Amino acid sequence: MLAHYGYKDGSGEYFIVVDTDKCDGCGRCVSACPWGVFEIGEDENDPFRETAVAKVSESHRKKIKYSCAPCKPGSGKKPLPCLESCAPGAIGHSW
Amino acid sequence: MSTEYWRWPESRWTSPEIDGKAGRMITAGLDVGSVSSQAVVMIDGALFCYSSLRTGSNSPESAQRAMEYALTGTGLILTDIHYVVGTGYGRVNIPFAQRALTEIACHARGANFMYGPTVRTILDMGGQDCKAIRCDAKGKVTNFLMNDKCAAGTGRGMEVFADLLSVPIEDMGRLSFEVDTEPPPVSSTCVVFAKSEAVGLLRKGWPKERVLAAYSSAMAHRVVELLERIQVEQDFAITGGIAKNEGVVKRIEAELKIKALEPKYDAQIAGALGGALFAKALVEKERGLR
Repeated sequence: MLAHYGYKDGSGEYFIVVDTDKCDGCGRCVSACPWGVFEIGEDENDPFRETAVAKVSESHRKKIKYSCAPCKPGSGKKPLPCLESCAPGAIGHSW
Repeated sequence: MSTEYWRWPESRWTSPEIDGKAGRMITAGLDVGSVSSQAVVMIDGALFCYSSLRTGSNSPESAQRAMEYALTGTGLILTDIHYVVGTGYGRVNIPFAQRALTEIACHARGANFMYGPTVRTILDMGGQDCKAIRCDAKGKVTNFLMNDKCAAGTGRGMEVFADLLSVPIEDMGRLSFEVDTEPPPVSSTCVVFAKSEAVGLLRKGWPKERVLAAYSSAMAHRVVELLERIQVEQDFAITGGIAKNEGVVKRIEAELKIKALEPKYDAQIAGALGGALFAKALVEKERGLR
């Protein structure tokens, strides 16, 4: 399942996409993100999934543009820590 | 008292074909949304009865009212129900629900039942949010996106416009087509700004049908943008209160160049229906039947 967390507002579209078929619930993204955007838990949208999955925590879903902003400078961009930490490549950003 | 143009009728329905007393497994789904609440009761996997009414300021009370209203005249009471699944914004506040599930999962499952297994893309236009969901033939979610940060493109926006234009909410769809040419959509995304823009248009002398057309197409355009992110695959269905507004539905269809499926039941009950279906599956899992 491609889970889109985030929103679209007047300034643009801001979604973090977690591919729950690729995610193995290892939790490296949780420790890699300096801003505590990710958490590991049950898949809210698949009641029959037995294994844990990464998701964007509730408190960040409506301000993700600002939560992620420090990792997305205008210049001198480095690879995003969440993407780098994810071995199966389950995380994506829409912006 | 002034007329409440936004007020939509509350309703209930009972299947004439099912005997409530003969059922072996009775499950229910309750969708306590931001604007409306629905209760659906299923007997052995068939739709038995449902209700749809307005969510008050108190979620547990709204859940109770919706359930009691659905069961009115059926001879069943709450304790006859084996398993209740709660969904929607108020899902954690339903005292008699055994499990709370997200409305994403429930809408996909409910739409699969309501529109049949060919449905692949669901657009739920709720009271205060908008969800675009892709699912497989079993109603399992494969891709989803929800916008609940902003009320643009939702039922609440339509209610605001019903009040502003003094048009009963059920007439808005039809009235929005009573224009000679389609006006440009209102440019504001936000409901509050769109309302100010509409006030300006009325002052300029636009008839209300034209303002309504401009707002309906802005709404359609906005949700189509959301749908494009998850990519629409046929068959396509719209659930939620706005599914009853032909002014928005037809404009979405025109923009997508895809026709939406006709619902078999009230399109607003999809979430609660999915809840009742999950309830059945969960009981079967507990009893070791699957």
